[in-house]
Amino acid sequence: MGIEVRRIYKSFGQFSALRDVSLEVKDGELMALLGPSGSGKTTLLRIIAGLETPDPSEHSAVLIDGQDVTRVEAGVRRVGFVFQHYALFRNMTVFENIAFGLRVRPRKTRPSRAEIQRRVGELLHLIHLESLADRYPWQLSGGQRQRVALARALAIEPRVLLLDEPFGALDAKVRQGLRRWLRKMHDEVHVTSLFVTHDQEEALEVADRIVVMNEGRIEQVGTPDEVFHHPASEFVMDFLGNVNLFRGRIENGKAIFGSLVLDAPGGSASEGQAARLLVRPHELEIHAHSEGRPGLRARVLRVHSAGPLVRVELEAETGEALSVEMTHERFRQTPVARNDHVYVSLRDARLFLDDYSI
Amino acid sequence: MSARRVCQDPPLLRWGLTLLAVGYLALFIVLPLVTLFANALSKGWRAYWAAILHPDTLDAVRLTLLAAGIAVPLNALFGLAAAWAVARFEFRGKNLLVTLMDLPLAVSPVVAGLIFILVFGAHGWLGPWLADRGWQIIFALPGIVIATLFVTLPYVARELIPLMQAQGSEEEEAALVLGAGGWRIFFRITLPNIQWSLLYGVVLCTARALGEFGAVSVVSGHIRGETNTLPLHVEILYNEYRFAAAFAVASLLSALALVTLVVKRLLEWKREPQYKALAAQPFGEA
Repeated sequence: MGIEVRRIYKSFGQFSALRDVSLEVKDGELMALLGPSGSGKTTLLRIIAGLETPDPSEHSAVLIDGQDVTRVEAGVRRVGFVFQHYALFRNMTVFENIAFGLRVRPRKTRPSRAEIQRRVGELLHLIHLESLADRYPWQLSGGQRQRVALARALAIEPRVLLLDEPFGALDAKVRQGLRRWLRKMHDEVHVTSLFVTHDQEEALEVADRIVVMNEGRIEQVGTPDEVFHHPASEFVMDFLGNVNLFRGRIENGKAIFGSLVLDAPGGSASEGQAARLLVRPHELEIHAHSEGRPGLRARVLRVHSAGPLVRVELEAETGEALSVEMTHERFRQTPVARNDHVYVSLRDARLFLDDYSI
Repeated sequence: MSARRVCQDPPLLRWGLTLLAVGYLALFIVLPLVTLFANALSKGWRAYWAAILHPDTLDAVRLTLLAAGIAVPLNALFGLAAAWAVARFEFRGKNLLVTLMDLPLAVSPVVAGLIFILVFGAHGWLGPWLADRGWQIIFALPGIVIATLFVTLPYVARELIPLMQAQGSEEEEAALVLGAGGWRIFFRITLPNIQWSLLYGVVLCTARALGEFGAVSVVSGHIRGETNTLPLHVEILYNEYRFAAAFAVASLLSALALVTLVVKRLLEWKREPQYKALAAQPFGEA
């Protein structure tokens, strides 16, 4: 069941933030909403939480656990929401922050004082902050605040958990740790979760499935493997990591990129049509000679060997800047240096025509 | 190497500037205050208390407190509502609202008083209509309250708007998602977050309300025992050459002002951690 969103539109004045967005998050899944800023991902999250209302349309709906909540107020939806800047209640202690959602329940469903004490204690244990229960938010570090925000959202036993850029305001080291911790916690608690991020690495590492958004539309939904290795569009490919771009055109059923000639997708390509070839840096190989492989000539501009991979920057004969990544082992087999003239071949690549790709 | 800091000014300049500031303050603020209290007590404690306990003075105190007691809560409510609207919502004419709110600070209080005479006076727009119904605004308590309302309008709102804008509405949204109702959110989240600034605004507003002279002077009519506020009473006594009594009543007003200053200072101490907490908690980094 999880979350289902049907045909949502949302505009703010002239700006349309969401255009016909439909999405399904499976029960117990951890899903990432990935996209650049302004792509509508936060707006979608806020609509699911009930903090924004979608533009009125008879076809649009938001369902949580199969229940239509389109016209249900935020407070009754029972969703956990973690804000980008934590939004902890600054005049309350950590304990009071976490207990808030339980204490504001109507008398009939409100747990007893002892029960609240026990539940908050459990959550404090989950976030490893038992010793800081009496601290105020301003006395905590960024990572600690984020964990308190998460515990506060979990306290109401939400049907779904929504996180808006949960690690956006933290420094790189803390992010890494919290990311892993979130994944581990999700595997324990198993609540359907949707988190917004603009960091592709974060999405690829943490999520079961990824939704890539751009300009208010969904570009692709898939597992990290699917979106990384089989991007549905040029945008997805470009957004999920570095790419080398070649511009060319279709001639006689072939895609021509300088001296590089590839088979064009059968039937769909018309003569003279513009084509773009996208290749990830690790999908390019450097050789001393062509030896009959399809590829192109290039000159080495710079070699970066400090790091887990060796990155070589080149200039192709057609003028394009290229970036190639390889292991140190591979680099030792074919070492290159600045100003060497080499031959670059493709192990894998994606050809994009207008609205079509192989 | 000497440890002299680059930005350290020569001692002569430092001492000169400090002396100038202290001397200026002594000449224009401390000296008049001392003179005021000295004059007030020039005919002895007995005369001092007689002036303060005179029925006319007590009536003036009562009226002043009553006018402030009505105007300050109303403006606190208005300030809260206006600050909420400005900080939380986007709407047409928002800038106009903020600018208009500052009008009472810019316009001379006498002009404000005259405006109310034109509107509510016997020959004003609404005067005859109100008179037909037996409602007297000008030369009566309502006029004094309206004039006080006008001059003290901006103080609370101006304190709250920047704070509420800086705090944003994420905490309220968080409370909303957790299932809290509107009133609960207001009393548990919004109000505690702005309480010291609200109180600070109320104190400033009160100080201004107690001391207002110009606008009230125009609309009150100076009817002793009826429409005479404390500042007006001081003027009447002075004009009647009863200097000791005038200074005695003035000292009462000054004492009120000094108390306000102390309260204001205390509130500033209280308010400081709130701003510090705000700085420590990065809101809206974007």
